[in-house]
Amino acid sequence: MAGAWANQIVQGVLLGGLYAMFAMGLSLSAGVMRFINIAHGDLIVLVCFMVLSLAVGLGVPLLLAVAIIVPLAFVAGYVLQRLLLQRVLGQGVLPVILVTFGLSIIIQNALQGTYGADTRKVPAGSIETATIHVVDGINVGVLPLTIFVAAVLLVLLLDRVLYRTGIGARIRAVSDDPSAANLIGLPSPHIYAIAMGIVGITIAISGAFMAVWTNFDPTSGPSRLLIAFEAVVLGGLGSLWGTLAGGILLGVAQTLGGQFDAAWQVLAGHIAFLVIFTLRPQGLFPRY
Amino acid sequence: MTALLEVDALSVFYGKFRALFDVSLTIAEGEIVSIIGANGAGKSSLLKAIVGQVPRVEGEIRLSGRSMADQTTAARVAAGVALVPEGRRLFPSLTVEENLDIGWQTGRRGEIRRDDVYGYFPVLRERRNQRASQLSGGQQQMVALGRALLANPRLLLCDEISLGLAPVVIDGLYRMLPQIRDRGTAILIVEQDISRSLAVADRFYCLLEGKVNLSGRPGEFSREEVERSYFGG
Amino acid sequence: MNPAVLIGRALLVAGAVFLLAAPFGLSPRGLQLVTEFLTMLVLALMWNLLAGYADIVTVGQHAFVGIGAYAFFGFLVLAGFDPWLSVLLAGLVALVFSLPVMAIIFRLRAGYLAVGSWVVAETLMLAAGKLSAFGGGSGVSMPVAAVKRFGAATADRYVNVYWLAFALAALALLSTWYLMRSRIGVGLTAMRDSEEGAGAIGVNLRRARILCFLWAAPFLGIAGAIITMQKLRVAPPASFSIIDWTVYVIFIVVIGGIGSFEGPIIGTLVFFVLRELLADTGVWHLIVLGAVSIGIVLIEPKGIWGLLRRFVPGDLIPVGHSPGKRQGRA
Repeated sequence: MAGAWANQIVQGVLLGGLYAMFAMGLSLSAGVMRFINIAHGDLIVLVCFMVLSLAVGLGVPLLLAVAIIVPLAFVAGYVLQRLLLQRVLGQGVLPVILVTFGLSIIIQNALQGTYGADTRKVPAGSIETATIHVVDGINVGVLPLTIFVAAVLLVLLLDRVLYRTGIGARIRAVSDDPSAANLIGLPSPHIYAIAMGIVGITIAISGAFMAVWTNFDPTSGPSRLLIAFEAVVLGGLGSLWGTLAGGILLGVAQTLGGQFDAAWQVLAGHIAFLVIFTLRPQGLFPRY
Repeated sequence: MTALLEVDALSVFYGKFRALFDVSLTIAEGEIVSIIGANGAGKSSLLKAIVGQVPRVEGEIRLSGRSMADQTTAARVAAGVALVPEGRRLFPSLTVEENLDIGWQTGRRGEIRRDDVYGYFPVLRERRNQRASQLSGGQQQMVALGRALLANPRLLLCDEISLGLAPVVIDGLYRMLPQIRDRGTAILIVEQDISRSLAVADRFYCLLEGKVNLSGRPGEFSREEVERSYFGG
Repeated sequence: MNPAVLIGRALLVAGAVFLLAAPFGLSPRGLQLVTEFLTMLVLALMWNLLAGYADIVTVGQHAFVGIGAYAFFGFLVLAGFDPWLSVLLAGLVALVFSLPVMAIIFRLRAGYLAVGSWVVAETLMLAAGKLSAFGGGSGVSMPVAAVKRFGAATADRYVNVYWLAFALAALALLSTWYLMRSRIGVGLTAMRDSEEGAGAIGVNLRRARILCFLWAAPFLGIAGAIITMQKLRVAPPASFSIIDWTVYVIFIVVIGGIGSFEGPIIGTLVFFVLRELLADTGVWHLIVLGAVSIGIVLIEPKGIWGLLRRFVPGDLIPVGHSPGKRQGRA
């Protein structure tokens, strides 16, 4: 019995890797641009469908499909920020919420119009069923493990980019004080757009992994947004490692809830979030 | 003497509010020029207009005879105009070194390197890995000045660099200005403290309610004359 | 008085007369449509009060509609209470629920509050799906006997439910109007325009925001009861429908004009016209609404009423500002 619970916790940690990846971009945009992109989950699902079209529709090898989508996502993130979001930043609370909210609804319905409402999944071949035997009662799927390792690497990489590179320093500078940056010739719209491009890359990577691991349909976005949001808030705003911890916490809460009763899986994640948030609103690892 | 910066009939508007009225001035290479004037006279608006951070201007601003009207702030900084903003405006979560490097990254490529700034302000070398927010006000002003210097400006704009600092610290900063000038950088300083800025300036302009009402060399006028135009008496 | 204001107010009066006469002239189908209109108007007024004035931009408004629906079903069908009492209790339960919800989401700001309210709504919807007495995840229909307690004949029931919706909408309009004209409302309007302005007026903004949130909850709960009387069933995805009770409502307010009293009314009218026009276009209906909303935020943040306002010098429904000043301009 204890073995079954231990197994669920391991599976939950691995699931948390995917959730943390969903949350990475949201954490970055919330930390740097200080807004919550309500269309975040829908953009992830949009990537899932792009992977579907390339890999299943056109027969492009999966890795090549990702290699095509990642740079596209950077450009798309840059353009989205520069042409749309930048125009409503700094005008109070409402405009950016309403614009990203409208975007969310447009993406969902455009996907539904294009692909129909069916549930989809992208086949990834033999990796899907391959498992590694750890100890008795605990088997780890190669795909979930790969995703978890990728999530940790992504946090490491983002952390290095933000804290060890020139562009990272410029992003943090603009995040500190955009108008001071403008005064000394560091144009905040351009830097914000680069940050959103990086967010786009995290969206592309997490969307690609989601496409091969879980089912998705055009309305899957909001639930991804909620999970990403919960991981960001649980981890502490602006802390990437905290976001990873938040994602893992949610993954474990969900699988344990699912162990109790399959129908409780999603609800258990939300309840865990609400309880922890009530007890510790500043999150687990607040940066400030 | 060739003019490095020419400001010609410059007016600055914030919506319907007009902050400057047809202001004209020049700065030659290797010159320290002081802008004096009371609070709200339009001094900061002038500096912001020179770096291109005001909503609307009329008139001309030329650097070495080339109009900067259509250039972004980034292009002006890269062409050799650097601002030390009022209130220092460092990036508090960045280290001293990261703050300085942003000056280098945005600026004109030139001979002033980080080590030169540490030579001017040795204390910054000791504190280079500390966050800017942990420094004293005087040290922060050194970083702000260093950040602008690392942009290798041909024209350095200093907005109220003495604000809120102890006299001994201000003395130190003001002693730097002739050294910087002697490396070939022209300096435009904006100050409310008349005696301090006139002591170091080659020429000055006095602004009153958005207009130049007195200009010349500091020795040409008595203190009373300067004060009269400063307060508009 | 300026002719444009006069025309506008004449239209408002005509609308009121139409609504008062509707039960005597309209077909059951028409009456149902107007009932739906009034319910949406209530939801729009409340979302506008929160997002347009109180700086509480929620994306979880459907939570309170769902709570009201389930509470109403519980009192009427499961407990066998009087139908009208059940309606009132639905509002009360929504009010009670709003306290813990507020305790959670008021710790968040701006976009965080928006998504946080959504998390709460999602949690409540999932939890509602665990209530076996309410049919679990697939929901349950109202027993015919319970339905008939609102009127034995179908036509009578439509009229009764209509008057309920009419009364709720009238109360929502009048009381919110009264709230906005009070010192609290003036403070909130000042806050919307500039944070310092409200401080100068001396209104406790925190208390004003709490009041608005608690104010909206019973209206949303009772709207949920009315919706249940129309749909004749409760089910988690329908009673807690984010599309119907939040997404459409946000589009209504944004398109009509957020932060004004006229906006939600205009927006609800436009929404019903668009819905009839775009009914057969499937997903395009929502794509158009989304695109129009983004366009409005970028071009005219005050919506259709903001556009009209350029030609109409005064408020049709005066809120906040001093009346003397308005007459002076008009």
